[in-house]
Amino acid sequence: MPQWIRACATDDIDEEDLIRFDHGGATYAIYHSPEGDFFATAGLCTHENIHLCDGLVMGHLIECPKHNGQFDYRTGEAKRAPVCVNLRTYPVRVDGTDVYIEVP
Amino acid sequence: MSKRDYSLLGPDGARAVETGLAAAEWYHTDVPRKVMKELMQRSDQPAIRDTMILYGCMIAFAAGGIAFWGTWWCVPFWAAYGVLYGSASDSRWHECGHGTAFRTAWMNNAVYEIASFMIMRNSATWRWSHARHHTDTYIVGRDPEIAIMRPPAFVRLIGAFFGIPDVIDFFPRMIRNALSGPTAEERTFVPQSEWAKVQRVAIVYTAIYAATAATAVATGSILPLMVIGLPRMYGAWHHIMTGLLQHGGLADNVIDHRLNSRTVYMNPISRFIYWNMNYHVEHHMFPMVPYHALPRLHEVIKHDLPAPNRSIASAFAEMWPALRRQLAYEDYFLKRDLPPTAKPYREDFHRAALGDLPDALPAE
Repeated sequence: MPQWIRACATDDIDEEDLIRFDHGGATYAIYHSPEGDFFATAGLCTHENIHLCDGLVMGHLIECPKHNGQFDYRTGEAKRAPVCVNLRTYPVRVDGTDVYIEVP
Repeated sequence: MSKRDYSLLGPDGARAVETGLAAAEWYHTDVPRKVMKELMQRSDQPAIRDTMILYGCMIAFAAGGIAFWGTWWCVPFWAAYGVLYGSASDSRWHECGHGTAFRTAWMNNAVYEIASFMIMRNSATWRWSHARHHTDTYIVGRDPEIAIMRPPAFVRLIGAFFGIPDVIDFFPRMIRNALSGPTAEERTFVPQSEWAKVQRVAIVYTAIYAATAATAVATGSILPLMVIGLPRMYGAWHHIMTGLLQHGGLADNVIDHRLNSRTVYMNPISRFIYWNMNYHVEHHMFPMVPYHALPRLHEVIKHDLPAPNRSIASAFAEMWPALRRQLAYEDYFLKRDLPPTAKPYREDFHRAALGDLPDALPAE
């Protein structure tokens, strides 16, 4: 059953950056967009299970630190080879200074 | 572990998968996130400048070679053109394949396609080949880009300075790719969704080379081939000279780039041709850092790396005897000392996967 989990505080992530969040044996990536919005995706690249938290956020793209594959972290869409499989995304809400994600 | 099998379909590759050596987690030097973010930032300006210089020089040198064709004065023009065509294209292929050279995606892709053609690498196939090289750097049976296999084949290595083995491999492969898509080995690392693209690229390459050859026949001159095709041979020496140093004589089947990659200080011309890939440990450890930021990355992490070789000559002086020793004992490799400020090599990272290697690794 899906549940909302507090992932971090809003000021834990710089704008145009991300952090790793682990919960329940799964790993997630939480993003802070240039517009100030927050997003969440699976934490591992769909290409070769590399943690995206060490990657580079450019606008609305997250680039994997190992092979430079890119996803749109708002939709999870794979945007640049070698990634071919989309990234799973998760709903996010901000409550005051806390960021919550809805996990399965 | 002697008698390595470098085939991507062979037992060594299967063993690397079984033992966890393939797709493993590699050692990284600690770099503060803010510093790394700054180093990873993309910019169009350095690559636009360098690309204008590169293509401008190529046009000028080719024009000189054509103008002086039939006299000895054309030789230096073709020599310079050849290095830019047959060697600088290697680094442009590499950096633009990573997508780090330019900030703007179409610029990376445009230069990547041109460079892939010049260096005679199917642009669709090799994008995936290089991804595997970064996942499984010098893991035998997994890495399709191992330049010096053990025991080293010196005749082949020397031939590579003239592009001979690459060209001999390229044209039959191009025809096969054009007729039937990727080969069985290529299909181990190229996803099926890209197989048709591999074939399309090969058809385009075949058409260009056929048109160039036809022009040469029609004009009764090799001049068209001096511009397209042959410089991949007469200008290959620089990218082989620098490329062999990347991993030559160092460890294989390890998961710490400090053990299997080499950083070499080089002169500014070689660094322009090579686009700073002389900082090769740094590049492998952090492949998202663009070429123009690698010298700064080197300053940040050099305390944790083996001392760089001071020149191309000193690196060859280190590597060549090691390769010769590998002729007699192919498990031999160079193990460079780390500075006191470095974290020690984590032999335990890969020792289990190395399996039957003796406790005392044959290194120095």
